[in-house]
Amino acid sequence: MPKDGSGLSLDGLGMPLWLVVELTYKCPLKCPWCSNPVDFERYGNELSTEEWKSVLRRGRELGGVQLGFTGGEPTLRRDLEELVAEAECLGYYTNLITSGVGLNRERLRALKAAGLKQVQLSFQAPERALSHDLVGVDVFDQKIDIAHAIKAEGLPMVMNVPVSRYNIERTGEFLDLAEDIGADYLEFANLQYYNWALLNRAELLPTRDQLERSEAIVKERRERLGKKMTIYFVVPDYYDNRPKACMNGWGAIHLTIAPDGTTLPCQEARLIKTLDFPNVRDADLAWIWRESPAFQKFRGDSWMKEPCRSCDEREKDFGGCRCQAFLLTGDAANTDPVCAKSPNREIIDGLIGCARGDQPVGAEKLVMRDIRKRLAGAEAGR
Amino acid sequence: METETPLKLDDAVELNPTHHFRWEEPQRAHVLLYPEGIVKLNETAAAIIEAAAGAPSIGDAVAVLVARYQHDDLEPKIIAFLEDARAKGWIRVKS
Ligand SMILES: C[S@@+](CC[C@H](N)C(=O)[O-])C[C@H]1O[C@@H](n2cnc3c(N)ncnc32)[C@H](O)[C@@H]1O
Ligand code: SF4
Ligand code: SF4
Repeated sequence: MPKDGSGLSLDGLGMPLWLVVELTYKCPLKCPWCSNPVDFERYGNELSTEEWKSVLRRGRELGGVQLGFTGGEPTLRRDLEELVAEAECLGYYTNLITSGVGLNRERLRALKAAGLKQVQLSFQAPERALSHDLVGVDVFDQKIDIAHAIKAEGLPMVMNVPVSRYNIERTGEFLDLAEDIGADYLEFANLQYYNWALLNRAELLPTRDQLERSEAIVKERRERLGKKMTIYFVVPDYYDNRPKACMNGWGAIHLTIAPDGTTLPCQEARLIKTLDFPNVRDADLAWIWRESPAFQKFRGDSWMKEPCRSCDEREKDFGGCRCQAFLLTGDAANTDPVCAKSPNREIIDGLIGCARGDQPVGAEKLVMRDIRKRLAGAEAGR
Repeated sequence: METETPLKLDDAVELNPTHHFRWEEPQRAHVLLYPEGIVKLNETAAAIIEAAAGAPSIGDAVAVLVARYQHDDLEPKIIAFLEDARAKGWIRVKS
């Protein structure tokens, strides 16, 4: 999960403990909630193998330990095995975050041999037809194959489910599927509403009722399964009255590098158009992390406004998510509007009030992640 | 959660196989790395995990730690910590 702050507060002594490298924004799937930028096609100028290796080396020197390879679809990069090997050699704990489409048994074996420690495989639906509707292509059977192959290789597997109104009623089926495959972890990640998910928010946001039903099913299964499978249930923050401790604080332990070398304190930060994020092609990573204005901007708490500034919970949630504050209130330095203490909380309540619940769903109501549809969606007055 | 029997001195525990435990020089600390997470351990926590996961039984680990830290009321504290570590999924009882 990019945003949940990992549920704990971690002092990295000012080092970027957790690196996320987005190898490419390209992807054959068209998830209408994709967290990639809506204008992803503008950033096609991807770092080369040598450039990525140098980034990994610098990142490790700065204290990086956890390393996630993601995208887009990271397996589309043919140098993935080479980069994983380099990361292993540098001493990272490497994760691959994938939809599974670019994988096969040979590649998995090669990745494991190169030192890969874990795979996070996303499942958008528990069966073929809904999967097709939600991702726009036929990949369900291939995903099942890959899931079994991951287990056969003995790699720990996190099954990730991006949850929306379109699949929340299928909670039990997802649990069956995960059990059947033998996933070590199952993560129900309710969508975070940025980028594509924001375009489709009205269609995708579940109601509180739907959430509670789904959570109850998870709870029941958790009790039955005990330690066999760890199940996470990430609630959508709109339904909370305190914001998530986003990224464990801005520029605290997380460093994302986008396909074109842009550096970001979190995967979504690029949407804060008022900030200028440095690129590894122009500046040294140590300067970027420690001194660049973009990474300094919301570090610590001196940038905070009221009510956060004088709030005794500010060390706990760091005032929430800067991207959400920017998107929903227009100022990234505002309190995350999810917080009940925010003067802007009514915005969130308004959005929740519009959730469509069991009104009919239909793939034709979604703006899928592809360029043509996005333009059409924009014309339709979004 | 299914109710688990309390840890006993003759139980042997091991690190959860999805977890990696190691020293990180830049942090001057032991860290636990696992899917979706990282935890920095303080010295005591790291010493207990290291001793317990490396010993034939919890009892042996307690003896090692008592000898090292010259303290005899350590046992309940060690057990409590290991219970917590097991609940978090860091370690498990060897079968
Ligand atoms: C952007 S994807 C890239 C990796 C790969 N293409 C995939 O989807 O598995 C990274 C992870 O974020 C999840 N994800 C995508 N959009 C999301 C959103 N709006 N909110 C929460 N999770 C999201 C995906 O399910 C996936 O696990
Ligand atoms: S979330 Fe979907 S569209 Fe976005 S990168 Fe992953 S698989 Fe592709
Ligand atoms: S006012 Fe700010 S610091 Fe306080 S709980 Fe809300 S978001 Fe967190």
